Amino acid sequence: MNPLAAARITTPGVDWLSIAPVAILGLTAVVIVLARSLIRKRPAAYPVAMAITVLGLGLAALALLAQWRRFRVDGPYQSLSGMVAVDGFAAFIGLVVVFATAMAVLLASRYLIRERLDGPEYLTLMLLSSAGMVAMASANDLITVFVALEIVSIPLYVLAAFDRRRNASLEAGLKYFLLGAFASAVFLYGVALTYGATGSTNLTLIARFLADNTLLDGGALLVGLALMLVGLGFKVAAAPFQMWTPDVYEGAPTPVTAFMASATKAAAFAALLRLLYTGLGSSSADWRPIIWGLAVLSLLVGSIGAVVQTDVKRMLAYSSINHAGFILIGVEAASDRGLASSLTYLAIYAFLALGSFAVVGLVTGRGDADSALSRFRGLTQRRPALAYAFVLLLLAQAGVPLTAGFVAKFRVFAAAVAGESYLLALIGMLTAAIAAFVYLRIVLTMFLPVEEGEAAPPAPVRADPGTTIVIAVACALTVIVGVAPAALVHVAERATLLFRG
Amino acid sequence: MTPTATWYLVVAALLFSIGGVGMLVRRNVIVMFMCVELMLNAVNLSFVAFSTQLDDVGGQVSVFFVLVVAAAEVAIGLALIVAVFRRRRSGATADDIAELRG
Repeated sequence: MNPLAAARITTPGVDWLSIAPVAILGLTAVVIVLARSLIRKRPAAYPVAMAITVLGLGLAALALLAQWRRFRVDGPYQSLSGMVAVDGFAAFIGLVVVFATAMAVLLASRYLIRERLDGPEYLTLMLLSSAGMVAMASANDLITVFVALEIVSIPLYVLAAFDRRRNASLEAGLKYFLLGAFASAVFLYGVALTYGATGSTNLTLIARFLADNTLLDGGALLVGLALMLVGLGFKVAAAPFQMWTPDVYEGAPTPVTAFMASATKAAAFAALLRLLYTGLGSSSADWRPIIWGLAVLSLLVGSIGAVVQTDVKRMLAYSSINHAGFILIGVEAASDRGLASSLTYLAIYAFLALGSFAVVGLVTGRGDADSALSRFRGLTQRRPALAYAFVLLLLAQAGVPLTAGFVAKFRVFAAAVAGESYLLALIGMLTAAIAAFVYLRIVLTMFLPVEEGEAAPPAPVRADPGTTIVIAVACALTVIVGVAPAALVHVAERATLLFRG
Repeated sequence: MTPTATWYLVVAALLFSIGGVGMLVRRNVIVMFMCVELMLNAVNLSFVAFSTQLDDVGGQVSVFFVLVVAAAEVAIGLALIVAVFRRRRSGATADDIAELRG
């Protein structure tokens, strides 16, 4: 017998559908780079790249919908020898990410020309990052999570520093890079310790191991868990790992900020949720107190930090930390209900953040010059449509009834109360009130007329079609989800069926 | 006394701590970056040590992934640092780069 035949390595079967969305996004990025090198005339390259991007995002969304249908028929399953899980959760977060990417691309379409940054490279980086995010949502192995995390982060470092003629943008990129690399290393050490304690990096196998064995000394696993939470807490901008958020959100080009606030948060929370719910679902008594602490800190730091800011971009950055706290309330509940509420919150926050940063991008003007609160003065008179859209989005972020923000907050609180975390729900409501003050401050500034004899703040730049679409879609979704939340809530509840092995 | 896997784990933990403390203490951007690399290599060492301890090849495979990712990170990181240094010739320690604050 041929000795080689015996030594043949058995390779895992590949279910192409399970990696189709990631592959499509990655390939689209490669195609753009190719097209860039083939097209000689520089101005022509950008529209072509834009068209390819839109096509790629559309195909990726179709692939995710196909995954959703397959999951509805066959139930959740794993692929690539357990590295990837296909379930409603992955498809849901994937769709949120692709939607946010499409919106951020629209937002950037005109912005890049305005700032003379137009290049296919921007779109390539965007697509690569979003490929990583989709991979992160379906990652069922800690090594896959790590690789996906880096595929998300490395293009984002460059995107944050993309406007390299501006010191602030470069500084944002460098800060994000140094702290991001640090957080990734910490996360990875957590992975190594978890591997040492359980003998596997696969979340399903970790869960099985923990169900079958009692650890004599749970120290390594606990330290591993804590370190992984530090790494992921950094990515979702949860306190006390939030220090980079205001600086990076302020310095990065506004469309990138919108992308980071919406898509990155969703993807990083996806990894966090899957790690806690599938991998360590049986030891929720260990991680619930840690998440409790993270949630309380994020809620407080986010809301109180925002009060003292005078820059709208920084205010929204702190509000994003506050929102991370609310999502963590849902995580802390450690139930399907909590999972569904976190997913709902992520989807709703994605379009709220995109819409808000779209408005800010217009008001700050050329070169992202100045996003001080004073620039919003009298906006209701000068640009009523823009101002009222911003009012709607801010009220939604504050959680006013009949807006999507209320639905998001209500579901999270309901999950917390069902999980008997009354104190956490109470702190959440308290900080919601503090945060509401911040949003109302921006709203009031917009209503305040410019006094006579006072220099009027520079006018906002004219709204381009892309930004208009983003703001319109965000506002429409805010109202629709606010009035009729059943559809989104229903989908989020179906998406809680995780692959558990 | 023959070294066991635990010895390597202790060394890895020490290296990781050195990297972590260096990251927090040093102000030179390049040195900070090198500290991150030290941390990543400490992780690699513990992966390999655990792999021998558990008699499982998974940990050693993980090291390859980490190496590749670290290489990509170096490429981007150094490019960013160079871009910042070009803009400001005077000084580019972490203290100088503090325009965004408030």
